[in-house]
Amino acid sequence: MNEIIITTISITGISAIFAFLLTLADRTIGNYGEIELNINDDKDYIVQGGSSLLSTLIDEKIFIPSACGGKGTCGYCKVKVLEGGGPVLPTEIPFLTEEELNNHVRLSCQCKVKDKIKIEIPEELFNVKEYFAEVEVLEDMTSVIKRVRVRLPEGEEIKFKPGQFIQLKAPLYEGNDEEVYRAYSIASAAGDKNNIELFIGYVPGGKCTTYVHKHLKVGDTVQINGPYGDFYFDDESNREVILVAAGTGIAPILSILKHMREKNINRKARFYFGAKTPDDLFLLDYFKELEEELYDFKFIPTLSRVTEEHNWTGETGRVNNAIDKYLTDSENKEAYLCGNEKMIATMVEALMDKGIPEELIYFDKFD
Amino acid sequence: MIELNPFVIFFAAIFTNNMIFSNFLGMCSYIAVSREIPTSLGLGQAVTFVLTCTTIINYLIYHYILLPLGLDYLRFIVFIVSIAAFVQLLEMFVERYLPNLYYALGIFLPLITVNCAILGVSLFMIIRDYNFLQSIGFSIGSGIGWTLAIVALAGIRQKLKKASIPKGLEGPGITLIITGLMALAFIGFSGIVQIQ
Repeated sequence: MNEIIITTISITGISAIFAFLLTLADRTIGNYGEIELNINDDKDYIVQGGSSLLSTLIDEKIFIPSACGGKGTCGYCKVKVLEGGGPVLPTEIPFLTEEELNNHVRLSCQCKVKDKIKIEIPEELFNVKEYFAEVEVLEDMTSVIKRVRVRLPEGEEIKFKPGQFIQLKAPLYEGNDEEVYRAYSIASAAGDKNNIELFIGYVPGGKCTTYVHKHLKVGDTVQINGPYGDFYFDDESNREVILVAAGTGIAPILSILKHMREKNINRKARFYFGAKTPDDLFLLDYFKELEEELYDFKFIPTLSRVTEEHNWTGETGRVNNAIDKYLTDSENKEAYLCGNEKMIATMVEALMDKGIPEELIYFDKFD
Repeated sequence: MIELNPFVIFFAAIFTNNMIFSNFLGMCSYIAVSREIPTSLGLGQAVTFVLTCTTIINYLIYHYILLPLGLDYLRFIVFIVSIAAFVQLLEMFVERYLPNLYYALGIFLPLITVNCAILGVSLFMIIRDYNFLQSIGFSIGSGIGWTLAIVALAGIRQKLKKASIPKGLEGPGITLIITGLMALAFIGFSGIVQIQ
């Protein structure tokens, strides 16, 4: 009996001493005190030092896009650090190009705030907010794509440009033991400031898509932050618009089309949508409606795997076949593409072959 | 048993009783971080330093706390806790006061917490009944021996980049074979001195 007590006491004692030392160290050695943070030579903050730049900025309600949650694996949270921050760590180097290294770009999740620090971030990021929105609509568009419409809390608004994206947080659920953020383009109109509409495709094993497809219910609250992104519709120009998308890439294009309808923009527009079979098409009635209402709009779905049973009378093959057919000249045109990396690469090539200058081809690439 | 001179133990730990080549301890970081000489040298230095410090701490804990209380069977759990706590403390300290060292070695410190060579040295010290000076000689020697092994392997692996290796053997496969051959080569030292 005595032995048990002595054992317990001594193990507890030794652990307690180490715990005490570590806590003491955290309070003294790990305490960097209050540190000045300057953003864009304009705004000054006093922050608690010692944590990463990314989490320090989140504490100040400034949201830098990041998909991995600060583990240094996604490489999205790039920020220009002009002063302070220390040398670039080996964990960042794989994500930074030569040019970025020379421009003092760092991964904000790896760079720690220890001394007076001066950073530069795009002005739009101050517009980024966090929302706790309620799910209003969950609708299956195809067997793998869900339309999700959420309502922002009373009195809150989101200001974004058509084409931009938000980040949706996948919380912990059975089978998911880490919180992650994933980016989804906004499909609702920019004028619809109280709601956000998303199209989310199911990826087997995907943390956020599994959450949306298998766990989310109408009435649930989701955590969203945004808007982000430099892919958006150019309101200033009056060129004709070429829109190209496949799968869930339809979302930002829908936002652009809704915006054109809302603002009565009288520009010719053609939307080339790539899919495999007629089962992958959705919102056909809606596009018909748009064709009637918009100034000069045509929806051109192109299917790559049709058989005779499908009774398909529209375009077949890859999207670039349809473009070859309908796009006759490149005069006064600009293009917006959204889809996976491979599709974007072939489409950019096809459009450039047609004579559309590279700087007028805007794209949003996703994995 | 003849009382061994700490220097003899020191050299034995480097050559004849190398942690990697005779005990195969600390293999995970040995294989993972041996792609380039500079990084492996950095890890080696960090291991040597942590090894020496934790062996001293564990020697004191064992002889002044555990043995008097008759709790020597608790050494495993106590040693693991003390190593983890020490590494954590060291990381905080280095990050704050020695930023340059932190950028060179800091990222290796978490790896060291679970390096079994470090626990191994503390346990061998007990099994072989070393006194304080012998333990210090043994720990420094083991650290240097471990560094020697990983740097030598990194050198070989740098050369290997240009060699064409059968697909199935790439990476850890060929590394383990090389380690085996190096261990065989180190047997050549065994005539100098034996400590176990």
